[in-house]
Amino acid sequence: MTKKSETKTLSEPESRALLRQYEIPCVSDSLVEGPDAAVAAAREFGYPVVLKLSGAGLAHKSERGLVRLGIGDEESVSRACTDLLAAARPEDHANGVLVSPMVEGSREFIAGCYRDSSFGACVMFGLGGVLTEALADISFRLAPLDHYDAMGMMSELTAARLLDETRGEPAVDRKMLSYILEQLGVLICEREEVVSVDINPIRIVDGKPLALDALVEVRP
Amino acid sequence: MGKDLIELFAPLFSPRGVLVAGVSSHPGKFGYVTLHNILSSGYAGEVHGTNKEGGEVLGISLFKSVVDIPAEAVIDLVFVCTPAASNEQLLRDCAKRGIKAAFLTSAGYGEAGDEGEKAERQLVDLADELEILLAGPNGQGLVSTPIKLCAQIVAPNPPSGAIAIVSQSGNFVSSFENFSLAAQVGVSRAISAGNAASLSVSDYLDYYSVDPETRVSLAYVEGIPNGRDFYQRARQVTALKPLVVLKGGATDNGQRAAQSHTGALAQDDRIFRGMARQAGIAQAFSVEEAFDVSAAFATQPLPRGPRVMILTVVGGWGVVTADAMSDSDLVLADIPKDLEKIIDKKLPARWSRNNPIDCAGGETRDTIPEIMAIIADHPEVDAVLYLGIGIQSNQAKMFRTGPWGNDPDVTRIIAYHERQDARFALAAAEISDQTGKPILVATELSLTDPTNAGVKAVKDSGRYCFPSGPRAVVALNHLWRYSQYRKKSNQTK
Repeated sequence: MTKKSETKTLSEPESRALLRQYEIPCVSDSLVEGPDAAVAAAREFGYPVVLKLSGAGLAHKSERGLVRLGIGDEESVSRACTDLLAAARPEDHANGVLVSPMVEGSREFIAGCYRDSSFGACVMFGLGGVLTEALADISFRLAPLDHYDAMGMMSELTAARLLDETRGEPAVDRKMLSYILEQLGVLICEREEVVSVDINPIRIVDGKPLALDALVEVRP
Repeated sequence: MGKDLIELFAPLFSPRGVLVAGVSSHPGKFGYVTLHNILSSGYAGEVHGTNKEGGEVLGISLFKSVVDIPAEAVIDLVFVCTPAASNEQLLRDCAKRGIKAAFLTSAGYGEAGDEGEKAERQLVDLADELEILLAGPNGQGLVSTPIKLCAQIVAPNPPSGAIAIVSQSGNFVSSFENFSLAAQVGVSRAISAGNAASLSVSDYLDYYSVDPETRVSLAYVEGIPNGRDFYQRARQVTALKPLVVLKGGATDNGQRAAQSHTGALAQDDRIFRGMARQAGIAQAFSVEEAFDVSAAFATQPLPRGPRVMILTVVGGWGVVTADAMSDSDLVLADIPKDLEKIIDKKLPARWSRNNPIDCAGGETRDTIPEIMAIIADHPEVDAVLYLGIGIQSNQAKMFRTGPWGNDPDVTRIIAYHERQDARFALAAAEISDQTGKPILVATELSLTDPTNAGVKAVKDSGRYCFPSGPRAVVALNHLWRYSQYRKKSNQTK
C-alpha cells in the first residue's frame, strides 16, 4: 500500500515521454511558456488544437476546467493560453501550457497499471470516457502478460463490440492495443519507481489507439 | 517434485492407520462422529482411539493416552478432536511413536482473536519441530476414497472418483460431496483446510496436481493472503490438470484508493477474475456451476475446438441452450452440407435442418444413437449436447404408478421406454469414447427424478447428467477455455 503523500505525479509531457519509451503511441505535444509560442505550436500542428495547463502537481485537470478542447483560431489559442496560466495555483507547480493537435474519434478506452498489495503488478483495460467509473467495464491481468492475455482483456469487456467496426468507424487495431497493454506490463515490472500509470483516454483514431493523456504516479 | 509430494502427503491421504484423539461416547460429539464415520466407511487400516477416561466406543477399546498404545500398532495419522490446550502434549506423544500427520478439528486458534493467533503460531512451530504434517486446525476433516477413508465430523461419504476438493470453509466440502453423491460423479480426495495454519489451499492443490487418482481439483477460497503466490502456484497446477475455483467474498477491501483510476477501479474480485483467466483456472460463480464444471472435467474429454452441435427432441430446450451459447466462446456451428444430406435420410422431411438438430418427433428405434454417432464423428463438430433424455421413461413412471400399470401392453411399453433411454445414455458415453469428443447429456430430471431410467443410465455410464442445457453450455465453455489454455501454454513453452 502506498500512501498518497509518499508519491508524486509526473507532468503530462514527462508522463508521455515515459510511455513513448515503451513504444506506446501518444498524441504529439508542445510545451509553451506563453501565448505567442502557443500560437506558433498550433500553426505547426494545424487546427483545431487542445490546450492544457501543465504542472507536476496537476491531476484531474478536466474537473478544474484546465483543458480547452477544439480551439480553432489564433486569437482563441492566445486567449486560452493566457487564461490557463492565470488559473494556475501554487500547488500545481505549473511550468507552462501544453498544445496538442485535436484528434477525432468517438471511441475512448482507459488503460493503466499499478501495484496491488496482494497480487503485485497489475494491468487494467476498460471502457473510457465519463462513464468509466460508473460502468466499471474493465478487466485486469497480472504483469507481465502475454498477447493471449491482452486479447482476452479486450474480449472480456461487456462493450467489446466497440472494438469492432462500428458506426462508420473501422475496427480497432487489436494487435496494437494488445501491444500497449503488454508494454504497460513491461513498464510496471521494469520501473520500480512507478507506482501507477493511467492512460486516460486512449482514443481510437481511424482504428488506431492513441494515448491522449497520461498520469504517472512515482515514488520520489 | 511430484514423487516427493506424494510421499509427503501419504500419511495424510493414505495412512496405514488412524488414531482418533478425544473419542467421545456421546453420538452428538465430534469425537464419536469421526470414529463412527471412519468405521462405517470401510477403511481397512488400523483404527485406534483415545479418551482420558478410557472405555469402549463403537467396539473400539480406547487408550487413556497415546503413550499407552502398543508399539506394534501402525498409525500414520492422528485425527484430533481434543481441546486446543491439550494438543501440545498430544502431538509430542504422537511424534514420539512415529505419527507423521495430524488433522486438527480443534477450535480456539487463529479464528479466536489475538490469544488464538498466538496459539496457532506456536502450533505451527511445534508441528515443524516434530516434523508432523499439520492440517487445520478448526477443520471438518478429510476423505480419501482410494483407501475408503472418511474421517470427517460431517456427512456424507462421497463415492469414489476423480474430483479432488479443498475448501477454506468446511461446509463447502460437505456441499460438494452432497452433489457428488447425488450425481454419482465421485471424489478422489477432499479436505477442509480449516484455518490453513500450516498447509494452505495451494499446498493441497500441488499434491492433487500430481495425485494419480485425481483428474480435476475443485477449490473454495475466501481470503487469499498472497495473491501473487496463489497465481504462480495455480499456473503450475493448471499446467498438469484442470482447476476449478469458487471464490467467496467479492467485496472490495477499500484500501486501495490511489490517485489513479486504475487503483480506484481495482477490487479483489476483479483482479481475481483476470488472474484466474491468466492462470487457466476455471472460475465458477456459484456452487452449482463449480460442481457442474468439475464433473464435466472429471467425465468428459477436452474439446479440440469450439463447434457444438445440439441434438434435441425437445424444441424449447434446444432454443434456450442455443441462446446460452451466445454468452460463451463456443460456436453454434452450421450443419455441414454433407452432414445435412446424411441426416435427411434418417429423419422425416420436417426436421429442423439447422443447429439445434430437432428430430421433430420423427425418431424411430435407432434414430438417436445413429444421428449422434454421425454428427459426433464429423470433422467439423467438436462437441455434442444431447437434450431430451428421460422423457419417455418419465411417462413410463406415470404408467407404472397409474391404475393400468399391470396391463401387459403398458408393461411392455414401460420396458421399451426405459430400455431406449438407457441405450441413448450408453450411446452418448460410447460415442464420446470412440470419437474423443465431449458429449454432454442434460435434463432437469437429473434433479427432479434421479431414479429416471435415462438419468440413471447416464450415471451408470460414468458420466454426469447435467441439470439443464444452459448449465451444460457453461461447463463445456470452461472445458473449451482450458483446452485453449493448455494448447497455448504448450506452444509458448
